[in-house]
Order: sequence, then structure tokens, then C-alpha cells
Amino acid sequence: MTRGELMAYLVIVAVVLLLAFAVPKPISFSTTVSYIIVGFIALVLLIIFVRTIQGNMVGRRIVFLFVGMAVILPLFMTISQPIPLSPEVKQVYDAVVALKPGSKVLVSFDYDPPSAPELQPMAETFFRLCLSRDLKIVIMGLWPQGPQQAEIAMRKTLEYPEIASKNLRYGIDYVNLGFQTGNEFVIQRMGGDFKSMFPTDLNGTAYDSLPLVRNVRNFSNIDYAFHLSAGYPGTVEWVQVAVDRYGLKMGAGNTAVQTTQMYPYLRARQLVGLLGGLNGAAEFERAADMIGKATKFMVSQSFSHIIVIAFIIIGNAAFFLGDKSRKRKQEAAGGGH
Amino acid sequence: MEIFGTWLAAFFTLGIISFLYRDNAWYKLCESIFVGISAGYWFVTLFWDNIHGLFWERITERHDYWLLIGASLGLMMLLRLIPPIGWISRWPLSFVVGATAGLYIINYFASNVMVQVENTLMPLFSAKFGDPLFSASPYSIVGNIVVAAGTFTGLVYFFFSKEHKGAFGGMAKIGIWTIMITFGASFGYTVMSRMSLLIGRMDFIFGDWLGLIR
Repeated sequence: MTRGELMAYLVIVAVVLLLAFAVPKPISFSTTVSYIIVGFIALVLLIIFVRTIQGNMVGRRIVFLFVGMAVILPLFMTISQPIPLSPEVKQVYDAVVALKPGSKVLVSFDYDPPSAPELQPMAETFFRLCLSRDLKIVIMGLWPQGPQQAEIAMRKTLEYPEIASKNLRYGIDYVNLGFQTGNEFVIQRMGGDFKSMFPTDLNGTAYDSLPLVRNVRNFSNIDYAFHLSAGYPGTVEWVQVAVDRYGLKMGAGNTAVQTTQMYPYLRARQLVGLLGGLNGAAEFERAADMIGKATKFMVSQSFSHIIVIAFIIIGNAAFFLGDKSRKRKQEAAGGGH
Repeated sequence: MEIFGTWLAAFFTLGIISFLYRDNAWYKLCESIFVGISAGYWFVTLFWDNIHGLFWERITERHDYWLLIGASLGLMMLLRLIPPIGWISRWPLSFVVGATAGLYIINYFASNVMVQVENTLMPLFSAKFGDPLFSASPYSIVGNIVVAAGTFTGLVYFFFSKEHKGAFGGMAKIGIWTIMITFGASFGYTVMSRMSLLIGRMDFIFGDWLGLIR
């Protein structure tokens, strides 16, 4: 470890201790202060643009710094942004509200903590919407940490006053069957018999001892399925096996990375609704009128996108204008000889 | 204990982010611990879920002796570690390749080829076959034309038996533009996804850990 590194670590520790113990909490910028900050950042970007055209290139750390500011600062701001509702998100909402009270909804949690910022808000809103409409939820996961994410989402959902007042009971109103290894082969076997893949729930209770699923034999006993996916096994496998082979009616919530891959399934009506990334989660919160973290995060998301676009413009301007000025200089140098 | 977990998570988050400045000892420590824990976690998970849960429990409790066939194939796969009889591992491997290929061909052909082709061959100006012309909404008409033209020109681009010249070359050019726009949309979504992860971490640092966010 160099002396410079050691100094940097000490500075970080000092800043952290300052933020943790000396700064009054929570911090919130008023709308005016928020707009002043945005204006200041825009001004600095303009200066960077001009300097870049003049040939003074920006280091990658400056880009990181701006992206970091664009993500962090809006978390303290009180400004909001309009979130238009797309047809694919409305489809999920419509499918849920069309279900009669007591209908059984299967939710498969096929993601792990790294994808939680995008998918956890979807899960929480979906649970809240289902439970507020007296639907029964059957949870499972093809990823080992999926059912644990479901537990976190369910715990949070049960704390909402309108849900807490219903005195919902585990095993009757919702059940977590846990994780099962085997990827798409699990889905395949569930098409014949759920119990063969989930002989017990997450807590080790026998399948037949759970009133909610005792009579659920296969997909034909499920009224709607919602799938949260971050990769393989994911929505593709669910569509191929559960939807196309067994006729399950299913919507999906995906990380943004794989959303474009799902649109053909949506167009072909293999999926009944699709939530794509954080934007999809925010739209779903709006559709259900249950504003949560996704809506709050969208301001940071938009700011960071603007910064990325700004630096793409700056980079391209530097490339093309710099190229022209280089040619001019070369021509001038050639003319002089 | 929860506070300790939060501080530990914050320590690792900051350690990983420190790489943005440059490679350093803190980052290396966090990276090594992450790799080690991941390997250990997956080993334990797969052991208890596969070998214990799906094999041992079912043999001992449900007497499902058919599983012994699968277990034997699994053991044969491990024979690669003994070079003189390593060739035996080709048998289970060929079983896995054959079974997986068979399953995937059916699944992909049904879901990703047949259904998709059916939905590309849609009437351009009507809601469905037999409906009057222009009965579809303007949004659907534009969508249908884009999908049909994009698919056709995309296929033209990948047709290499004829030189890409003249009208054919023009269509191929539209095809490659369509493909590029698709890649662009995919990349845009990827940026959104990565930013979401960063937002989640920053919310943890400034909210859950430091308590600065309301």
C-alpha cells in the first residue's frame, strides 16, 4: 500500500464518520435548491463541452464523477417527474384487477440481490396489489436467493396498514414454496404435479398441510402467474414450457437488460403484460396508485441518462470537430513548407 | 447484528466502487472475499439442493431408485479426473447433449420460431384476417409495417448467395439499420439496468447506512 493510498483511505474514513455522526439527518433539498444544483451541473457541462471542442479532453474520472452526482443528488431532491403508462404495464395491472377475490396467483422469484433495485419494487407493488384485492399468492423460485427476496418483499407488504388490517395468514392467504434446483425441468415437472417439485414449503411444512396449495395440482389450478426474472432460468423458459405447453396465463417483470428480448413474446401474446426495468416498476406503481421506491429512483435514472447523453454528445463533438481542426492544422503546416 | 451487517455491506460496496479511481488494496480485498464467498455459497447450495435434496433424500425416504441411473451417469462424468478411464465420461456427456438438444429444439422451435413467424405474418392494415381494410389502429398499422419490413430486410441482409447491390443491396442496408436500431435499444436498456444497480447501491449507502435520505 502506497502512502498516497493510505492518505486516500484516511480521507474516506473521515468523510464517512462526518456523514454518519456529524451531519444533521435527513438531508432534503428544496425545489429551488434542486433547480439551482441542476442549473449549476448544466453550466459545468457546457464549460466542459466548450473546452473539449478546444482540444482539452476530459478524463474518465470526471465522467464517473458526473454520473455519480447525477445518481446521488436526486435522491435528496424533492422534485418529481411525470411517468407515462405504457400498454404492456397496464396489461399486467388489468390482468390482476380482472381476477376475482380468492384467485390463485403464482409468483416466481428468479433473481438475486444484485437485481433487487429493479425487481424488488415490482415484487412489492405486485404483492400489495394482489393482497389488497384478496388474491392468494403462491411463491416459488428457480434461483436460490429468489424466495428470500420474496420473504423481504412480503414482510414489507404486510406492514402496510390496509394489508395489516386484513390479518392475513401464512399457508391460507400466501405461501412460499421455496427454491427448487433444476431450471426449466422444474417448470416441466410442475406442469404435471407441483408437489413432485415442492414436497415441502420454505419452512419444511409438507405440501398437503398447506391449505392454500393442497388442491393445487398443476398450472391449470393457477389463475395468473407473474414472473420476476434476471437471467437464466427466466422468462424465456417459463414462456417456452409453462405458457406454450401448458397454457399458463403469465405476465413478467424483467431487468432492463433482457427486456428487449421479451417484446416478441408480448406481441405474440405469449406474455400478458411486461414490466421492463426500473421504468416498468415505476409505471406499475403509478398504475396501481402505490407510489414506492421505483418512482423515487426514476429522477436519478433520468438525470444519469441525461449525463450519459451529454457526454456522448461531448465525445462525438470532440471527435468530429477535433478531427477537422487537426486536418486544418495539418493543411496549414503543409502549406507553410 | 443488523447494524454490523449494514456497516460490513457498506465497507464492501465502497471497496468495490474504489476501483473507479484505480486498482487498490481495498478493492482487491473486497474482490477476493466476494469470489471466495460466492464459490463457497454455490458449493453448499448445490450440495444440499442437488445431492442431498434431490438425490439422497429421495433415495432414502421415497425409495426412488430410478435416480441411481442419473447418479451413476454423474459419477461417470467425474471419471475425467482419472486419465486412463477418462473416456467413459463421454457417455454421460453424450446423454446430456442429446437430451438437452432434443428438449431445446422442441421448445425453441415452438415458442421462438412458429409462434413468432405466425405473428409476423399479420395483415398490415386490419386487426385480424377477414376484418375490413384499415380497421386496425394507426399505432398497430405502423407497428405491423415496421415488424414486417424489419424482419424481411433483416433476413435479406443475412442472405449471402446474392451480391448486395442495387435494390437488393438497398434492402440489405435497411436490414442492417434495423438490426443496429435493435442493438441500440438493447444498449439503452442495458445502460438503464446498470444505472438502476448504482442507484440501488447509493440508496443503500446514503439511506440505509448513513440515514441521510428520508
